[in-house]
Formats: sequence, C-alpha cells, structure tokens
Amino acid sequence: MAGSMKEIKLRIKSVESTMQITKAMELVASSKLRRAKERVEHSRPYFETLYATLFDIAAADSEFSSPYLAKRDTHRRLYIVIAGDRGLAGGYNANILKAVEADAADASEPGYCVLPIGKKAVEYFERHNTSILTTSFAVAGDLSVSDCFEISRLVCQKFLAGEFDEIRIAFTQFVSMLTQTASILPVLPFDAPHPKPGQEHESLMLYEPDSAAVFDAIIPEYLAGVVYGALCESVASEQGARRTSMDAATKNAGEMIEHLNLYYNRARQAAITQEITEIVAGADAES
Amino acid sequence: MAVFPLKILTPDGVAFDGSVSAVSCRTISGQIQLLAKHIDYCTALGMGEAHITLEDGTIRRAACMGGMISMIGGECRLLATTFEWADAIDKARAERSKARAEAILAQKNADTRELELAEARLKRALVRSSVASRQNLS
Repeated sequence: MAGSMKEIKLRIKSVESTMQITKAMELVASSKLRRAKERVEHSRPYFETLYATLFDIAAADSEFSSPYLAKRDTHRRLYIVIAGDRGLAGGYNANILKAVEADAADASEPGYCVLPIGKKAVEYFERHNTSILTTSFAVAGDLSVSDCFEISRLVCQKFLAGEFDEIRIAFTQFVSMLTQTASILPVLPFDAPHPKPGQEHESLMLYEPDSAAVFDAIIPEYLAGVVYGALCESVASEQGARRTSMDAATKNAGEMIEHLNLYYNRARQAAITQEITEIVAGADAES
Repeated sequence: MAVFPLKILTPDGVAFDGSVSAVSCRTISGQIQLLAKHIDYCTALGMGEAHITLEDGTIRRAACMGGMISMIGGECRLLATTFEWADAIDKARAERSKARAEAILAQKNADTRELELAEARLKRALVRSSVASRQNLS
C-alpha cells in the first residue's frame, strides 16, 4: 500500500510541473497575441487604401491592360504558405498544411511550387519533396516589413518572367480569440471586376504619368502588403491557437491532479484502516 | 494659406495626421508639390525627400520611399513604404549601410541580384543621409 501511495505522490508532482509549464505558455501566448493584434491594426489602413486605389484603377477602365491583370492558363502555381515556427499550438500547423494539400489537389497540373514561411512549413514540404522556391524566409517570427517587400519583389519578378501563372497565399485568418480558419487567397493575377464595354464610368482622377504605370508601380507594394497582412494574421492566429490549447492542457492537468488526489487519499485511508485492524487484532490476541 | 487634411500612412502605422498647406514628395516621374484644392490626383512614389509645410509655415522634412500619393475630394493621402522624419534618421546607420553597399558594388564578381540589392540599399542610404544632413544645416 505504501508503495502505491508514493507512486501517486510522484505522479501528482509531475503533472503539477507540467501544468506550470502549460500555464506559463498560455500567459506568454496571451501577451504575444495582444502585440500581434496591434500590429495588424496598425498596418491595416495602409493596405486597405492601396487595395482601394488598385481596384478603382482597374474598375474604371476597360481597355486597360497590365501583365498583372492578364489571366493565363494555369500551368504552374506558386503557394506562399505561412505556418508557425514551433509546435504545441493545437491544430494550427496541421490545418494550414492540410488546406494547401487539398487546394493543390484540384490543380490542373500536379506540379506546384511553394514558398514556405515558418519552420514547420519548411520541414513539411521538404519531407514531402515538394519543389520549394526559397527557404530564406524560414523563420516566421523574425520577418519584418522589409522582408515582405523582398518576398513581393521576388514573386513579382517570377510572375512577370512567366515562371508562375498564378500566385496564391495560404494563411490562417484570425476570426476571434477562439476561432482561426485556414484560408487560401489568390493574389496574382489581380482579380478586378472588368466593366462591360459601354458601362464603365469615366474616372475623373488624374493619374501621372498614366493609370497603367501607376498600377504597375503599386502592385508590388500591394503584394507585400498582402503578405505582411497575412503574416500578421497568422502570427496572431498561432498565438490564439496556442493559448486555447494550453488553456485546455492546464484544465486537463487540474482535473488529473484532482483524480490523483482522490486516489491518494483513498490509499492513505486504506493504509490507516489496515493498521488499526492489525492493532485491534493484536490487542485481542493479548487479552 | 489654404490648408488641406493630410494623412501619412506606413505599414507600421500612422506617421502624420493633420492639416498642412503644402506637401511635396518625389514620385516616379519627378518631384511634385501639392497644394490645397488640387484636382483628384494619384501617382506612385519613388525614393527621395518629402517635406510638408504646416499651417504656421514650419517645414518638416522626411525621407520617403515607395508607395503612392493620392488626392481625393480635397483630402490627401500619402502611403509610403518607409517614411522617416529627418530628426528620426539614424545617420550613422545610413553611412554604414552606404559603405557596405559601395563595397559590394565595387566587387567585380558579385551576381546581378546582389548588385541590384546593393544598388537599392545605396540609394536608400543616400536619400537618408542627404535628408538628415540638410536638416542639420537649417
């Protein structure tokens, strides 16, 4: 009996220390989440205005042509996949990687290429022998705005050279503290509503030197913006997912400790009862 | 002088929000200056110095790179990839970055991509240091 009591005590101790770790991870994730959300909010007005401008230019003019607008037959698709650097974030990494696989499965041609961001994404695609464009942006946590511009420059260049016909970005949308959805967004060619001939409204905006030049100059900025925005959302989602899963782990540990305490008390009571029985039996034999 | 509202936005947040009497910046086709009551206007930005004239006539200078400027319905928006006020520029860093870029450009065997990056870096460094040094003179 005494042996089992000691075992239970040890087990309680180990669960308690695990609980301490999960609790700490949850707190860290909450504070990081707050910062990530602030970053999203700071950058949003900039990119929203960029998008609105592009949209206006493309919508106002039907004869307008830009290599970024032309839809081509998709032969080779590039996915920019944003995942996390570390595990222990519930289904965060698995969900986004599964979404990419599912989206790529219906591609007309199986050959697709990825630009992984985040160590988990790099590891996954390396294991599956997917062709990888570059692994120089492997650490999602270190990426800054200028890195996003670097990515955008690279991708635009490849797109214009005809190496890729379609660019999609896979990231995790931060819906709320509890819900994060893996989503895939087509970014290039730029999807703008083409007005029907005769229906276009005349734009009174003065574009200098002309609307096409402005459009082509802004597109890389816009793409960088999309990447940065997606990155911010993904980082926030990762922290959110980690916080939720660590919260669940802490609760589970609490429950486990409760159960173990019950067993421990039972074992202790049984030991005491046995001792008393032995003493009484001994006393009976004496008299 | 007549004033108009100006908002300067960067990916890191809002750099300026208020009314000014003039805004000047380098676009892809040269330096421009916008005043109040300009017609609706939109163009993309290059790399160069930007300055705004406040209501009381004070001029604030900044290094401004990439993005776009638009004037819609009398409201001006300047979206810049980087926008640094002259007094916030780290001059020593710009000089270091300039030296590093020059060293790469001096190499004969660097590949095109490296050269491009170094050129862009040199350009940024030059803009920054020129904006910062002009600030010190005034």
